[in-house]
Amino acid sequence: MKSIFKLLGQRLALGLLSLLAVSVIIFLAVGLLPGDIAQAMLGQSATPETVAAYRAQLGLDLPPLTRFGQWIWQLLHGDLGVSLANQRPIAELVGSRLGNTFSLALLAALVSVPLALLLGMLAALYRNSWFDRLLNTSALSAVSFPEFFVAYILILVFAVKLNWFPSISNLSPNASLGEVLERSVLPVATLSLVVIAQMMRMTRASLINLLASPYIEMARLKGISQSRIIFRHALPNALAPIVNVVALNLAYLVVGVVVVEVVFVYPGLGQLLVDSVAKRDIPVVQACSLIFAATYILLNTSADVLSIASNPRLMHPKG
Amino acid sequence: MSLLKELLRAPLSAKFGLLVIVVYILVALFAPVLAPFGETQVVGEGFAPWGGQFLLGTDNLGRDMFSRLVFGARNTLGIAFLTTVLAFLLGGTCGLIAAIKGGWVDQGLSRVVDILMAIPQLIFALLILSVVGTTATSLVLVIALLDATRVFRLSRAVAMNVVVQDFVEAARLRGEGLCWLVTREVLPNAAAPLIAEFGLRFCFVFLFISALSFLGLGIQPPTADWGSMVRDNAVLITFGDISPLLPALAVALITVSVNFVVDWMLHKSSGLKEC
Repeated sequence: MKSIFKLLGQRLALGLLSLLAVSVIIFLAVGLLPGDIAQAMLGQSATPETVAAYRAQLGLDLPPLTRFGQWIWQLLHGDLGVSLANQRPIAELVGSRLGNTFSLALLAALVSVPLALLLGMLAALYRNSWFDRLLNTSALSAVSFPEFFVAYILILVFAVKLNWFPSISNLSPNASLGEVLERSVLPVATLSLVVIAQMMRMTRASLINLLASPYIEMARLKGISQSRIIFRHALPNALAPIVNVVALNLAYLVVGVVVVEVVFVYPGLGQLLVDSVAKRDIPVVQACSLIFAATYILLNTSADVLSIASNPRLMHPKG
Repeated sequence: MSLLKELLRAPLSAKFGLLVIVVYILVALFAPVLAPFGETQVVGEGFAPWGGQFLLGTDNLGRDMFSRLVFGARNTLGIAFLTTVLAFLLGGTCGLIAAIKGGWVDQGLSRVVDILMAIPQLIFALLILSVVGTTATSLVLVIALLDATRVFRLSRAVAMNVVVQDFVEAARLRGEGLCWLVTREVLPNAAAPLIAEFGLRFCFVFLFISALSFLGLGIQPPTADWGSMVRDNAVLITFGDISPLLPALAVALITVSVNFVVDWMLHKSSGLKEC
């Protein structure tokens, strides 16, 4: 049991380390800007004195290490800085959008994970049947479609032709829960379709690998029922790769949300990020990238941790 | 001749994929001959319907949709191909060198790649593009760098299996240089998985550039490009017109085709039948 805690500790430390490295990179990216942020904020017409005074006010004349420390310190206290475009605090801009984005990703996860696992298991059980082939080909196609293609097809069919759901998902602040859910159907469906294909393929592959191993054949020769083989013998060992796949795809969801939000005009963090990149509003881009990157790292680290924790072999170390 | 025989025995999906790829390459090469109008030429009213003078109607600014689709093949495929080649040159070389040299070279390169891979690609690309601005050159360089990390991982892993073989050891003892080791000993033995990876990476880069262009941050107007063509004409979809979906369909078709071909190649080279 000792080794497993050591492994987990290593993964967690690695996660924290990459979080630190990523924040350094995001911090340094601003340094690549021609001129600096004070110049950018005040514009071309500012006198050198104004720029210098403003730099002092922003603390840009301090050494980089101190500035990095301050930046991180403020971040940890929820102060994300001020937007270049409209001088509003970024925390205010991000606030409600963050919730919207996460609820979109969460809804997509709730739909896609059970469905993908079920389809993956069925495909592995009935492999090489027409059902499996159909699933495989459609999954391969879904993986290679750009998200906006899937999104617009859904809009064309369900919003324009059938008129079931609205094609635009802009939420008003005082919308009821039912309204929010109705408007989220198409974005959630788009995200789910892309992720389900990936998860299903990987679930199928890891189960097929397992079903070919000698101990499964042994169980089968002993005459154990099919369902017992799957649930008692195969699944515990397949859990680690499957948990890994799920967490990796959730990490993908958080990023894939960006394009989908733009298609459906969904008021989330991704749209804010894209708008800010177009406006070159660097502090907002920094804040959004950091939130996305941190979530991504968090999910990846938990994928590692969960796959270690759910590996039955590590629970019973030899010797 | 054996290649031809191999092709004839390929599954239907692979044949279809190869056919599509060849057609795309031809269209990209002969774009100026095939297109009835110029790439950025305004030829009529905006959003003209299909048929008549304009085969697929016109776009939001009154440019011929069909001509722009044809030129889009050249621009989008060309930039994606260039990016993938750059990514392979950078990532592949570093990966092979890391595997051959080992020690601190390997450690250093691997840790840099680990850190770069810890950031989601789209977010990283957006961050850098917001700082350096969205030009075609910076687009190609940024995506090539990000993609090189994936190529590095694979080529290092493949080369690791090769460098422990006796013939590499023998070449080392003969005193061959790094260049010889990379090009004559390791690369020929690592080529098959790398070629398959090239197809997958190309798909990925292609989708990535299309997504960025769709977001308005990739290939900039007035260059014809499939991603931004979808974005510019998306409003038509709410009227039930499918012409904005055509460029998206073009993107989907080529990525599916490349995937089919790669799937078949991997299946052939692995030599195993899925049980």
